[in-house]
Parts: sequence; structure tokens; C-alpha cells
Amino acid sequence: MRNFDYHRPTDIAAAARVLAEREDAKLLAGGMTLIPTLKQRLATPTDLVDLGRIAALKGVRREGNGLVIGAMTCHADVATSPVVREAIPALASLAGQIGDPAVRHRGTIGGSVANADPAADYPAGVVGLDATVITDRREIGADDFFTGLFETALEPGEIITAIRFLLPKRAAYQKFRHPASGYAVAGVMVADFGDAVRVAVTGAGPSAFRLDAMEKALGASFTPGALEGLNPDALELLTDMHASAEYRAHLVGVLARRAVAAIA
Amino acid sequence: MGQFGIGQPVRRKEDVRLLTGKGRYTDDVHLEDQQWAVFVRSPHANAKILSIDTSAALESPGVTHVLTGADLRDGGVKPISADMNFTSREGKPMFKPERRIMPVDFARYMGEPLVLVLAESLEEAKAAAELVALDFEELPCVTATARAAEPDAPVIYSEHGSNVSVHWENRAPDEIDAIIAAAPHKVTVDLVNNRLIVAPMEPRCAVAAYDPADDRITLWSPTQGVRPAQASFAQLLGIPKEKLRVISDDVGGGFGIRSKRYPETAAVAFAARKTGRPVKWRGDRSETFVSDHHGRDQVNHCVMGLDANGRILALRLETIVNVGAYCGDNGPRLPIDGGGRIIPTGYDIEKFYFSVKPVYTNTVPTDTYRGAGRPEANYIMERLMDAAAQECGLTRDEIRRRNLIPLSKLPYRTQMNFVYDSGDFVGVMEETLKAADWDGFQARRAESEKRGLLRGIGIASFVEQAGGRPTEEMRVKLGADGAATVFAGTFSHGQGHETVYAQMVNDYLGVPFERIKFVQGDTDTTPPGGVGTFGSRSSMMGGVAVRRSCGQIILKGKRIAAHLMQANAEDVIFEEGLFRVGVSSVTIEEVARAAADPSKLPEGEKPGLDESNLFEREADLMNFPNGCHIVEVEVDPELGTVQIVKYTAVDDCGVVLNPLLVHGQVYGGVAQGIGQALTEDAVYDESGQLLTGSFMDYGMPRAHHFSHIEAHFDETQPCKTNEIGVKGAGEAGACGAPPAFVSAVCDALKPYGVKHIDMPLTPERVWRAIHSAKPRAA
Ligand SMILES: Cc1cc2nc3c(=O)[nH]c(=O)nc-3n(C[C@H](O)[C@H](O)[C@H](O)COP(=O)(O)OP(=O)(O)OC[C@H]3O[C@@H](n4cnc5c(N)ncnc54)[C@H](O)[C@@H]3O)c2cc1C
Repeated sequence: MRNFDYHRPTDIAAAARVLAEREDAKLLAGGMTLIPTLKQRLATPTDLVDLGRIAALKGVRREGNGLVIGAMTCHADVATSPVVREAIPALASLAGQIGDPAVRHRGTIGGSVANADPAADYPAGVVGLDATVITDRREIGADDFFTGLFETALEPGEIITAIRFLLPKRAAYQKFRHPASGYAVAGVMVADFGDAVRVAVTGAGPSAFRLDAMEKALGASFTPGALEGLNPDALELLTDMHASAEYRAHLVGVLARRAVAAIA
Repeated sequence: MGQFGIGQPVRRKEDVRLLTGKGRYTDDVHLEDQQWAVFVRSPHANAKILSIDTSAALESPGVTHVLTGADLRDGGVKPISADMNFTSREGKPMFKPERRIMPVDFARYMGEPLVLVLAESLEEAKAAAELVALDFEELPCVTATARAAEPDAPVIYSEHGSNVSVHWENRAPDEIDAIIAAAPHKVTVDLVNNRLIVAPMEPRCAVAAYDPADDRITLWSPTQGVRPAQASFAQLLGIPKEKLRVISDDVGGGFGIRSKRYPETAAVAFAARKTGRPVKWRGDRSETFVSDHHGRDQVNHCVMGLDANGRILALRLETIVNVGAYCGDNGPRLPIDGGGRIIPTGYDIEKFYFSVKPVYTNTVPTDTYRGAGRPEANYIMERLMDAAAQECGLTRDEIRRRNLIPLSKLPYRTQMNFVYDSGDFVGVMEETLKAADWDGFQARRAESEKRGLLRGIGIASFVEQAGGRPTEEMRVKLGADGAATVFAGTFSHGQGHETVYAQMVNDYLGVPFERIKFVQGDTDTTPPGGVGTFGSRSSMMGGVAVRRSCGQIILKGKRIAAHLMQANAEDVIFEEGLFRVGVSSVTIEEVARAAADPSKLPEGEKPGLDESNLFEREADLMNFPNGCHIVEVEVDPELGTVQIVKYTAVDDCGVVLNPLLVHGQVYGGVAQGIGQALTEDAVYDESGQLLTGSFMDYGMPRAHHFSHIEAHFDETQPCKTNEIGVKGAGEAGACGAPPAFVSAVCDALKPYGVKHIDMPLTPERVWRAIHSAKPRAA
């Protein structure tokens, strides 16, 4: 790890100021991804801006037909929050399946979404639950947010302040854990909003994506059987040491059917 | 005797210290004025080193020295040369490439240390390491085991002309081939014994200081025995061993690889002397992955002929073992002496042919890892037995029953010239079948099927060899206050020796358990004949030496007691801490006090009760732990995932000194065995980069991969070749778990006609096995 200046602002404006003024300042949430990167000297920022003392970034609240989760809310708090469990149990379940207890108590929803790891769970939740990413500058719709492998629509220095989820009639998340890391080899969020069904996949492609064919089929008949033969095309999926694209395509099909079965 | 004696489930003395953070590991050693060391490693798998430019690094802030392989060579540091000489049947010697502590001409694996940077702080050393400019010419490389043996593979050492170090054979194959060709039944299995990253919890570490006053280096480093480390590192440094003191404090796991000679350790010791200032190196986890020796990595081609009744007639085995870029301390020895000599494990087979080709590849050397060749050998035999059962139309227990060496044939001399002194292989299997309710399996399978899961049951019957090197020295000392101290030549690095030796001394001498101290891991106090802990040897080698030391104390104690009681030494009886003659008696504490007082001693008796025993065993009189493990699994046929639902083990490790500790050994061995079979796989890509370079990619097993492990002991067959009747216990689980697990999964997939899946049985492999059997679903 190289030396850097450490800042711990108590409001968002102050954090934004440091980001704007310093040469290569980076935001620090729970440090679950950032700190290992620094230790391996893969990133060498001049400044770290710790968001941990900004109260406005923490917590969960209901807002009309939405659920707003502050960027600095850790996964364990989302998993155990009575508000989340009541509003979107599938989201609480998703958060509870991330990593291990230590990771869930440090890792944050804002850090996860900003990092846009192709194998992270939250992106499936954000896209599947038609969420809006709220930043210090604007609001970004889920379908526009994840733009590629570790890439998002965030501009340099933009700070995620919260994520607003829409409340579905019913939703379920199914995940196939990576045997080593615990991340998603594939994860599928199925959400039924009454007038529309969303099916979002993580882990299988460079970033979270929706499956139109499955959404249409479920719109017509919300049953596992409706998904037969609708596995995604393996040609568009990731292949790595742990799972081939062909296997991932198969997993997505199984997970989607199981998600539907769980709530049909 | 008593609640702390032999056989009691005594809780570990060391645990309170270790669990409350009071352990002292090498990284806890901080020396005044120490420099931090960082190694610059080869980024390439195979490359000619064109130049090394250290000038920018030397000018970096805080840097004190930068050393290269040339500095070490010029300073008299010797290359590591493995102490083994296998020859081919025609008498051709094996080829062993030179392993320089830091090479100057070629780098042969990714991660090989090339330059040592020393600085005032770790951060400064790391920053400077990035400034070392290395210029390479990349060469074609080979990493895969079978590939390395192919005639058209890139040859790493052109002076040898082949990657095959030696083609070792136990005999000529002709007679065996003829028997197999004529046999009514014939089975062939091809196996991969996957490569493993050992990953002890404590990363490698070395701290060294040089004292010019007595021209001596002190080296702190996690080892598995300080005496061999002292001898071998002194040899590498070109100094007499008296000039090197080695200290190993608490060690967080060894598993075989900690006992090896590593270049980094030698370089750190050299640097401390060369620079005149202490040096500290703490390998980080990423370095552990690329530079700790790896384990296993074999491919096996196995053929067996059986008669019409399913009795084995002959066996033919061919193994290629990937020994990495250099000949490790034990590398090629593992399949030959470690595993090869235990073949055909528990089976009564007189005719077998066995060939081994150790191949060099551009990977870190492989070396001993929990079981060291025996898990591989047992895996071969057990996969063959399952295949034979199917071929002969017998159940898997019946084929074993027909071929295991019956108790009546013991002592049994194997073709590899071991004598199995004890072990009821059939009886142990029957016990396990009963404990696992083998006969009730069909009902459980039907129940799983209702939940959409495929249930399978698997069995493995194994024999291994334990005891390792044939000498060990232990010293037991009674102070004037009656408290005892055990000075161990063995080296506990997690096994619980502090507890078990105290149980023995408590049992033999009657000294209260809490008054028995334990000293190990410092060449200034470790008995000169000390060896260490590996090969499941400490119970037998250390145990016998402790017992004999105690015997010597009793003998001398009797003379002193006789003098105190004015009796004849021959008439004194020692029992439960009391020396008795008729109605009079003295306690061992009183004798210890008298022993320290010359006025109370008989004529010519030296003061003190301090005895050391160097136990020397006949080399081949090892002990032969054996057992049977049965695993039940449930497979989710849609996902390909496997869950263990029941694990039953019966182990014969002779007399059990402490069931708590031996259970721990069984659980640990099983966990590592299941890890190999289910999740672990060290993968290099074709360019020689380690793809599984962190725990994000390398699948260490977790608690949820296991079920409860029901472990029993069969204590009916104590070892006959040592006076305490013990057999090793450390490696049994790693022998039993992989074949039993694979057997279970293949049993679950029987409806799909699956006969074998190579380890690790990842979900995708299992899924593919299922789906290649069925017409592919759309
Ligand atoms: C062992 C392990 C296992 C894991 N397993 C899983 C898993 O199973 N599933 C899963 O989904 N994830 C998993 N993770 C990821 C983890 O859950 C975190 O979500 C992720 O590491 C981000 O961590 P963090 O919130 O601490 O952010 P940090 O590491 O602090 O930051 C990550 C990045 O986001 C940026 N950032 C942080 N906050 C903001 C913000 N508010 N606005 C803009 N940019 C911001 C930072 O600058 C940095 O670039 C795992 C991580 C580890 C270490």
C-alpha cells in the first residue's frame, strides 16, 4: 500500500469537494474491494475519502411505492432490516447471501453497485427490481446504469447517495455460489410488478442484463414451465476456469425456474 | 492411569494460549535494527535472464541492500540438491537440475525468487522492488503433467534432452502383461490426481540475525523440525551447523511442505550475515500461492486382471508425476517410496508392475503434502476396485472382501518388502459397513429421490505407512522440585504434542499433568538426535523415545530410592509415582529432590534425573495405519452440486493415546481429502501463469461442504513393532476421503452410466457427466 491522505468528511458536499480538488482521490466505503486493491498496489490513489461518517448515506426507509437504501448501508443491515424484509423479502435474501458475515458487515450497497463486479449480487437486484441509482448529481435508471465489465454510468467524482427500489408484487432471487469466492457464478432475480415482469441476471455476462424472452413468457404465464427452452444464448455469456458459457446458460435457466417456483 | 493418562480425552494444554492470542509465531519476532525483505519474482514460467539492473532500486528511499543470485553464489551459497538417486531399470541415473537459491541464468517457474530487496520498512522495500529492472527472453514452457512427458513437448533442460527425470520401474512388465492378457476379467482406469495448493494458515516467514562475536546466525522460521533445518540450511550457506541456530516458535500448520528447503529462507539467512543487520521476511498470501511447494499432481494409467471369481491376478500401474521446475526435497520420492511402496495397499496381490516418470515442468516444485504419495496410491487402488466390482458383477464391498489380506495371513510381507505386522482390514471394513448402515442405503436413496436428489454411497478401504525417518531423540528431565520437562526432537505444529507427551510422562512417571512442561523448536535445547514431525511419525518415534527416557529415569530412580530406603535397587518396584520396597516407599518427587543433592546419592551416581533417548528403528519397521471410510452424498442433477450427507470412518491407528486429538487428526485429514475431491485444483494456464492465485479462485473447502463426521477407532490390533502399540493417525483421512467420495458420486450417477469423474468433482463436471449421458436437452 502506498501513502495517501485520508479524509473523513461528515457531509456529502465536503466529500465531493475533496474528490474535485485532489489529483486522484477515491471514495472508500467498507473497503472490501478497495483495500485489497491498495494492498496489492493495483491502485495508488493520492487521497481516500471515507464515507463512513456521513449519516445521510446510511439507513433504509419506505418512500411511497419505493424502498430507499442509503449507499453506506451494509449488506447485513439490509438482510436483517424489518423494513426490507417486509417490503421486498427477495432483496433481504439477496443481501444475506453475499459473501460471509465479515464481508456483509463491512461491504455496502453503494460500494457494490459502484464497483459493478460482473459476479456481484446487487446488480441483479438493481436491474430486476427496476431501481434508480441516486447520486449527488442526478438519478440514473437501472437499465442505463451498468454499462460493462466493472463499468457504470457514473462520472468521475460522482457519489452514489442511495438506491431506490420499486416494490414488486412478488420477487425471488436465486444464486449459484462460486465455490471459492462465494460470488455468483450465476444469479437471477425474478420480479413480478403486476403489469410487467422483470428477469435480471448477474454473474453470467460482463454486467447484469435482462432476459426479454423470459420476461414475456412469464408475463403470459407466471409458471416455471413457461421458461422451458428459454435459456439465454451461451454465445453471449462468460467462460472462465470455473464455469463454461454453456453451463452458465443452463444455470440461468434452472435458477430462473426455481425463482419462479418459489413464488408462483 | 488416571484422568490425564494415556488413552484419556485430555483437552489440549496449548489451546488456551493459542486461542487467546498468546501464541508466538515467527512474524511476532521483531529485532532491533531489522531490515525488511521483499523478493522480486519471475513473472515468466520459462525465461532466459538477460540482465538484472538494481541501480534504481538501490537509490529508492529507505533501501539498504539489493542482492541478486550472483551475490549469493559469490558469497558461497550452494544450490539446493535433492538427496535421492533413483535409476532406471537399465541403470540410467535420474536427472536433477541445479536449483540455485536465486538463479542468474534462467527462471524456471512463475514466482521463482530472483532478487532480494532490503529496506528500512516493508513499504519501502516493496516500492523499491518495483524498480528492479529485469530483462528476459521468454522461452516456450510446459506446465501440464501428461503433456510434459510427450516427445514433442518443449524440453526445459536441453542438457538432459527430455522432461522425464528418470523412468523408474519396480520390475520388468512382461510377466504381468501376460497374466493380465489371459485374465478372465480386465479393468482399465485413467486417473488424474489433481494438483493442490497447501495454504497453511500461517504464511512462510523468516527472520535472521548474525552475531559477529561468535560468528553465528540465528534463524527464526516455521519448520517441522529444527534439527534437519539446521543441517540443511547450514549446508546451503556453506557453514558448519554449529554456526546456525534455528528457532521455530508456534507454527500455524505444516502439512509436509513446511519441512522443505526454500530458497527464500536461505537467502534471508545469508543476507543477515552479509549485511550485518537482522533481516525479516514475511511472505504474503499471494506469495504462498506461487512459491510454497504444491501437492499431488499425478496422472495414472492402471490396468488390473482378475479371475472369474473376482480375485485379482495382476496389476499394472503407470504414473507420471509433475515435480515442478526442480527436484524438490521429496518430489519424485513420493510416488516411488511414499506411495509406490504401499501398493497394493490392503489387497493380497503378488504380481504387480509399477512404473513412475517424474516430469519437470515450469511450475513451482511439488512436494510432500498430507499423506505424501499414500493418498495417491490408495486412490489408484480404490478406483480400480470399484471398476473391478462393476466388471465382475460384484458389490463394492464384496470385491474388497475377496481381495483384502485376511487377518490370518498376518504378518504379511508385501511385494515391496514391507511387513504388515497388524491390521484386520476385513474386520475394519465390516465394522464400517455396519456403522454406516450400508445395508439400509436403498431406503435412504428412495427418500432422496422423492426430493429430486440422487443419493450415492461410496467406500474406500486403505492402508498407509507411517513413521518416516528411522531415528528420533527425546529427553525427559525431572527437576529438584519434581516437575518434569520434555525436550522434544519432534516438532508440534498443531498436533498437540504438548498435551500427549505430558499424558505419557504422567502415565509412566506419575508426575502430575500440570507439572509437565514442554520445550521444542530451538537447536540450542532440542536433543541433537531430534528429527521432527512429518509422515505421522511423532506418536511412534517420539512416543517410544519418551517412554524409553522415562524408563531410564525409573531405573536411575530405583537406584536412588534404594539408597534412600537402604534397600537393593533390584528389589525396588515403581508404580504410580511411588518407589516401593516392602512396606516402605518414597515418591518420585522425593527421589527427584534427592537426585539433585549429591549427599543423598549412591556412590558414583551422577546428580540429576535427566535422561535422553535416541530411538533407532529398523528402517522398514514402519507402522501401517489403515481404515475404511464410507461417504454418502446427494447430487442435485439439475445443478450438478454434491452435498455430503453422512460420513462414517473407522480407523485403526493402533493404541489411541488421546481420542480427542486423534479425532482431530481424522477430521482434518478428511477435510483435506474432501477438499481435493470436491473443490481444490491448482491451475496453471498454458503460458505458465497460476490462474488460481488467491482464495477468490482456489476452492478451499468450507464447513458447509461437510456433514457430521462419525469417527470410530478399531483398537483391536495394536502395532507390534513398537512397544506402545501406536500407528500414525495424521494422514489417514486424506487417504480415505477422496476415493470414498468419488465412489459415492459415481454411485449416485449410476443411472446415467457414469463410471468415473476426475477430481475435483466440480458442479460443472458432475453436470456434464449427467448431460453427456442423456441426449442433450434443448
Ligand atoms: C471475500 C469476499 C467475498 C465477497 N462475496 C461477495 C458475494 O458473494 N456477492 C457480492 O455481491 N459481493 C461480494 N463481495 C463484495 C462485497 O460484498 C462488497 O460489496 C464489495 O467488495 C464493495 O465493497 P465496499 O462496499 O466495502 O466498497 P469499497 O471497497 O470501499 O469500494 C469499492 C469501489 O466503489 C467505490 N465506491 C464506494 N462507495 C461509493 C459510492 N457511494 N459512490 C461511488 N463510488 C463508491 C470506491 O471508490 C471503490 O472504487 C465479496 C467481497 C469479499 C472481500
